[in-house]
Amino acid sequence: MKRKAGAGSAFAEGVRDGIPIALGYFAVAFSLGIAARDAGLTPLQGFIASVLCTASAGEHALFTLIGAGAACWEVALVTLITNARYFLMSCALSQRISPEMADGHRFLVGAAVTDEIFGISIARPGPLEPRYHYGAMAVAVPAWALGTALGILMGTVLPARLVSALGVALYGMFLAIIVPPAKKELSVALCVGAGFLCSWVAGALPALRTLSAGTRTILLTVGLSALAALVFPRKEEGDGQ
Amino acid sequence: MVSNYVYILVAFGVIYAIRVLPLTLIRRPLRSRFLRSFLYYVPYVTLAVMTFPAIVEATAVPAAGALALAAGIAAALLGGSLLTVAGTCCAVVFLAELILVR
Repeated sequence: MKRKAGAGSAFAEGVRDGIPIALGYFAVAFSLGIAARDAGLTPLQGFIASVLCTASAGEHALFTLIGAGAACWEVALVTLITNARYFLMSCALSQRISPEMADGHRFLVGAAVTDEIFGISIARPGPLEPRYHYGAMAVAVPAWALGTALGILMGTVLPARLVSALGVALYGMFLAIIVPPAKKELSVALCVGAGFLCSWVAGALPALRTLSAGTRTILLTVGLSALAALVFPRKEEGDGQ
Repeated sequence: MVSNYVYILVAFGVIYAIRVLPLTLIRRPLRSRFLRSFLYYVPYVTLAVMTFPAIVEATAVPAAGALALAAGIAAALLGGSLLTVAGTCCAVVFLAELILVR
């Protein structure tokens, strides 16, 4: 099989950047697995759910509904609400797809638009490189699925200290993605600062606190990004790098 | 009694549609300057919203998370890679909780 020059290295880069994601995923998935066990899922079911869905809050909601014996339409509706932010992320990714990219990639890339993999994919300069995305998926998705299955199998066996420490890996990565561009561009720095502040306020305000974290994320993302687009519109073509 | 697999497939169908529809339906750069600007800012805002205060709430004691946040921002400002910044945050939490949590 012949590969285009650079294709292998993009995959390897994806694997490298996927490692911290995988570590964080493993710890988070482990606690997700505990919730799945409470809902009566077998390790195999948890593994399959995690491979297919790759979504933390979304899967947590799914397992809770399964445990409650919910109707299928309820699962569909709640999945739609808890995961709607991926719609925005995929819209953002669509703007970075090169016209030369083969169509099939759109369907594969879409399988793992997670907060973290989206984050590193969009942080990579230039057009979207599907092989980079796949490299990250190749380490992160198995860690996610394995963590879920082991959580169901073993419950609370990882020391709490380790879970606590590994749990912040994902946030560390978010910082690595948003801080460097914020250093370069005032508009991005203001977006990040406003994001921190509003997210904190929204989580504390009685009226907004009752909304799920996923819904708050969507509302704040749409509101603040729209505001930023009005106040700091991007220049025409060739911007964004 | 609905099989768990049916639930899983329903959730997968919905979540995959959410992710793939924009990627397959939006086939060219958007013309609207507002929409392009909006989508440019989306990743930064959404990741910022998800990071704070969640990072402070993810640890056994909030102080450990707050230290990790400060250390992570410092490491990223200094040009640390994804692995470096994430590893710094983990190490800071581990050390802080060794001292703060008995």
